[in-house]
Amino acid sequence: MRLAEAWRVAVTALRANLLRSALTMLGVVIGVASVVVLVAIGTGAKQEVEAQVQGLGSNLIIVVPGRLEFGSAPTKSRLELSDADRIGRAIGQPGRVAVTLSSGETVRFGARSMFATVNGTNPAVPRVFVRPLSRGSYLRQSDVDTRRRVVIVGSSLATQLFEGADPLGRTISIGGVRFRVLGVFASVGSSLGADRDNEVHIPVTAAQRLFGDMRVDALALKAPSTGEIDEVRRTVLGVLESRYPDEEFSAVTQDQILGAVGRILGLLTTVLAAIAAISLLVGGVGVSNIMLVSVRERTREIGLRKAVGARQRDVLLQFLLEAVLLTTIGGLIGIALGVGGSLALSAAIDQLPAVITWWSPLLAFGVSAAVGVFFGVVPARRAGRLDPVDALRSE
Amino acid sequence: MTAALEAVDVTRSYQLDGVRVEALRGVSVTIEQGDYVAVVGPSGSGKSTLMHLLGGLDRPTTGTLRVGGRDVAAMDQDELASVRNATIGFVFQSFQLLARTSAVDNVGMPLVYRGLRRAERRRRAAAALEQVGMGHRLSHRPSQLSGGEQQRVAIARALVGEPQVLLADEPTGNLDTRTGDEVMGLLERLNAEQGVAVVLVTHDRDVAARARRQVHVRDGLLES
Repeated sequence: MRLAEAWRVAVTALRANLLRSALTMLGVVIGVASVVVLVAIGTGAKQEVEAQVQGLGSNLIIVVPGRLEFGSAPTKSRLELSDADRIGRAIGQPGRVAVTLSSGETVRFGARSMFATVNGTNPAVPRVFVRPLSRGSYLRQSDVDTRRRVVIVGSSLATQLFEGADPLGRTISIGGVRFRVLGVFASVGSSLGADRDNEVHIPVTAAQRLFGDMRVDALALKAPSTGEIDEVRRTVLGVLESRYPDEEFSAVTQDQILGAVGRILGLLTTVLAAIAAISLLVGGVGVSNIMLVSVRERTREIGLRKAVGARQRDVLLQFLLEAVLLTTIGGLIGIALGVGGSLALSAAIDQLPAVITWWSPLLAFGVSAAVGVFFGVVPARRAGRLDPVDALRSE
Repeated sequence: MTAALEAVDVTRSYQLDGVRVEALRGVSVTIEQGDYVAVVGPSGSGKSTLMHLLGGLDRPTTGTLRVGGRDVAAMDQDELASVRNATIGFVFQSFQLLARTSAVDNVGMPLVYRGLRRAERRRRAAAALEQVGMGHRLSHRPSQLSGGEQQRVAIARALVGEPQVLLADEPTGNLDTRTGDEVMGLLERLNAEQGVAVVLVTHDRDVAARARRQVHVRDGLLES
């Protein structure tokens, strides 16, 4: 039997039961659409996180106390401000190691108050991280040395607290202590879940007094080039080991953060897509079911075709093509809905970037065709094996 | 000249709900080229089983059956399908036309399994419809045709592959007497003009009487 003829017969059969064909397709449509949407969102989330991590700066090394592993309890820091100087000298970049000591505090200006992340830092921050200012200037070494009560405010915090008034030179209260505004950060958005536009930076020494904590949480530095990251990392860990022989420290690079986050998001995407694939499977069972009905309904036609010379494989091909046609049309509609849905979803929800990869619609199409073959083959074989005498006699 | 169809001492038995049914118990019959034979017998006599065997739709339990000179025992299902396609044209009591398909495509359907292109199938189908006097109804669907016209289309379908034998199972059973007469006249004309053998299975004595010879089946055996 020529393929063109099998194709024609299949199309005729599907059109003869248009509503039934459409309902049968629906399962495949939903399955394919959800796989495409979830893969798009998963990919989008991954790219967004990557952009955020890259946006922090380049060749970064973050030093934190303890072992950075899932499931391990956060370790109380024993790092001190002087460790930043020690490391800076060891890597030949004095004054280029950023420190941070952070806590949440209430920030007040006049009658308005907000809760913000307060970072105690040093002047190395803008040299390590990408942290541009829109107004004023950043902290100076003398601010740290003299524990001066000055503050750099994040852009959204500034907008909400000052409501359009010029923040420079104004005095705000942080945890009940008054600080003078020295500068305003340009907006950088959020990074790894933290809204960086809602931060304030004060000298680390002022933060230590404010929080009653003489340590620092973490250090951050920048390798001169990508090739030197490992070497710098080893030097830093060496300095810390000789100073705190009983302690463990982790020095994480951006690649390591990206790798860890990528693995989590990849796993999440896979699990979600697998759940969506189950609905595709259910759609396939529906196709199988309706094909069995179709074979039963057309038993006499099958008998007639066999009587006039159709071979087993002619009949099998005809019904298999019908099943594959059902699922691939469903697949194409599902891809269109999935792509449209992803774009609509990411347009409607800010935090939900969706990226359509070239392979996910192709894969979805291939899978829906495979579902048609897999779930069509049993009904089609049944049709192919019908005995012509019995088939012609059936009502 | 080889016989078109030849059954030598064939038997056919079934298991029906665990009971062994002997539908044919040793039948020999030969259909020559250009023959015109009526197979008659009451229902349950085994004449339908004999027709299925002669048409190559079924195989004998024992005995030898040759369709177009070839022993069906030596053929698999698909070879048998090809032999049916080349040798036999079936005409059924209930016409067995495809409902959503035009007359010309119904008639051309057997040629699909010869791998012919659609244009060629339609050309031959139109010629076959012309022969049965239905040349003016090419694109009509079965529901738009009368019973007699539908049976003519079915005969055209049986004819389109230029078979040696037309095997007609109660071809007038669903038609009134006058239309039935016309259909019989058509079969006889095809037999006379084109030399195609006609095997008529019927329990209608008047219809059977028109054949050149009659084969009577009773209780799975031939009566002479």
